[in-house]
Amino acid sequence: METKKSLFARLPIISQLKKSVGLQRGMLIAGIVLTAVFLLTAALAPLISPYGPTQRFNETQAPPSSAHIWGTTAGGYDVFSRTIWGSQTAFLVIVVAVALSIFIGVILGLLSGYIGGWLDRILVVVADAIYAFPTLLLAMVMSIAISQGRSNMWSGIFSAAISITVVFIPQYFRVIRAETIRLKAEPFVESAIVVGASSVRIMARHIYKNATRTLPLIFTLNASEAILTLAGLGFLGFGIEPSSAAEWGYDLNHAQTDAASGIWWTGVFPGAAIVITVLGLTLLGESMNDLNDPRLRGRKRAGRKKNGPTKTEELMDA
Amino acid sequence: MTAMIDLPEVEPAAQAPQRKNKAGGSLGKYLLIRFFLIFPTILILVTMVFFLMRLTGDPITAALGGRLGPDQLAIRIHQAGYDRPIFVQYFEYLGQMATGNFGRTISDDLPIAGMLASYGTATLELAINSLIVALAIGIPFGMLAASKRDKYQDAILRVLAIAFYATPVFFAGLLLKLVFSIWLGWFPVAGRANTGTEIAMAELSAPTGIYWLDALRSGNMDAFWDIAQHSVLPAVALGLLTAGIFLRLVRTNVIGTLSKDYVEAGRSRGVSEYRLLTKHAYKPALIPIITVMGLQIALLLGGAVLTETTFEWKGLGFQLAHYLTARDFVAVQGIVALLAVIVAITNFIVDVIAALIDPRVRY
Repeated sequence: METKKSLFARLPIISQLKKSVGLQRGMLIAGIVLTAVFLLTAALAPLISPYGPTQRFNETQAPPSSAHIWGTTAGGYDVFSRTIWGSQTAFLVIVVAVALSIFIGVILGLLSGYIGGWLDRILVVVADAIYAFPTLLLAMVMSIAISQGRSNMWSGIFSAAISITVVFIPQYFRVIRAETIRLKAEPFVESAIVVGASSVRIMARHIYKNATRTLPLIFTLNASEAILTLAGLGFLGFGIEPSSAAEWGYDLNHAQTDAASGIWWTGVFPGAAIVITVLGLTLLGESMNDLNDPRLRGRKRAGRKKNGPTKTEELMDA
Repeated sequence: MTAMIDLPEVEPAAQAPQRKNKAGGSLGKYLLIRFFLIFPTILILVTMVFFLMRLTGDPITAALGGRLGPDQLAIRIHQAGYDRPIFVQYFEYLGQMATGNFGRTISDDLPIAGMLASYGTATLELAINSLIVALAIGIPFGMLAASKRDKYQDAILRVLAIAFYATPVFFAGLLLKLVFSIWLGWFPVAGRANTGTEIAMAELSAPTGIYWLDALRSGNMDAFWDIAQHSVLPAVALGLLTAGIFLRLVRTNVIGTLSKDYVEAGRSRGVSEYRLLTKHAYKPALIPIITVMGLQIALLLGGAVLTETTFEWKGLGFQLAHYLTARDFVAVQGIVALLAVIVAITNFIVDVIAALIDPRVRY
């Protein structure tokens, strides 16, 4: 191990890539590649897709052809274009939802953990109640309350994002609160109190920086969940209107009836897009999580292949 | 879709400081505190949904707005008492809930309690079926992955587990329908049973509402076969989602126990690796799974909404989506209240089991 690392080597993903071996490295790389594909698709959607997301054609439920390489839906949308543009919608919702929930969750977690007392107790009980309840059901109720069920592109993205935010806040809250309580007892916080630093300054400078180290992990894991929640909302008809933006969940809802009559292309492609995106983000988050946990990290075993399996490995094989 | 997938690792840490602060109480005291925490959980969720729904207007206008004139609407609103201050209505609603009077749905005028009972059993049936699938896949394959740690079997199983989690229930359902109902024709596309069977089930005296149980009790084997065929695809679609989570959990926990000293001691005395896995490492590894199974109930209920809509399985989730679209807030509140009770009680039971098994949990 080098004693001094460059800034580049200490960046989250890069440093973990260096720590990883074998299978874990493979999973991490797969995660990075899939996530990169998703981000690139979202960024380059206007260049990749031949048609606009809401452009309609006269041929409905047409099988894949040269004009529509993945066919068209019952509503006359081009499946390929809808799937590509869907990544952009998903990306926007993730960014808004996760940013909002981190912002609110971190503030509440810091306050609750540092101040303690009744505020802490009430916030914990409320957060636990929300946390225990099925995410999707709460998001459904939220989206009805926010948008009353009909929405154009931006208000749809925001109402979906806020619905997801409300159910994600408790997760950030719990993590940050626990860290804050742990850090509060650390000598550097005590010395700051002795020196006479204000509570706000201690929270904002000393605790905040230390408590938020685990956030990139939760961020990646939550991003995949945000996509699933968005798709779930869209599938149930509480998401974004199809005439204002492309959304995978909505397309899958309409594909259900198509599937019953054997039309596979309307559902398979947006569904696969969800799976690939969530898979990529989850692999990325998971591997980073495992690599940060020394108990789960795969160990580099010197000369494993040259010298053949060791005693323990032989036993493990038996 | 819910969360629960990766938070078990976070949870103990989040709770630990709290426990340290409380001086060693007895098991009885812990259980009592835990029991009384059921009520705020339910109250908070019911309150949230009540005010969220009321933000969007009164239930009568929301449900019947297009169908009645303004005069009639005003009369109906006044009759139902929705023109009174919202806090009066809120406490009245809480009072009614406490006495078990949930009211009637606005859109189709059904008693809420009856509606919950009949659709709730359908959801319960789906949940049981899918839990069976999840455990049957998750536990053995999780143990296999743990025993072959970092080998290709482990790699395949872990990626599969993540893939199961990454596949939304409705997409899994769509693929299952395409392959097994449309192309192979093995299973029906949707529904809980054929119309004939549904009628036969409705005519039974004192039915449990769980179709396969009712069919078995009445000895109607044709109906049972029909119900079983309808159950397979929804149970697999929802079960796979949870199976992935169980698989990963069993794997992580078995790996943890396999490296414990007592397992190593057994190994050094020549106990076979298979016996170590099934006798020594298996049971302690299952304790955390009980806790997580409780958390899964939330994921299962969330997934049930999607599964029920995918397969037109007329349960609580299917109805919740239906009533939300119809803006029937009284029905929505009733369903959410029931779900909140289920979630709160399940969490309580899980905590009790965990406390009985592991003394360190008590504070």
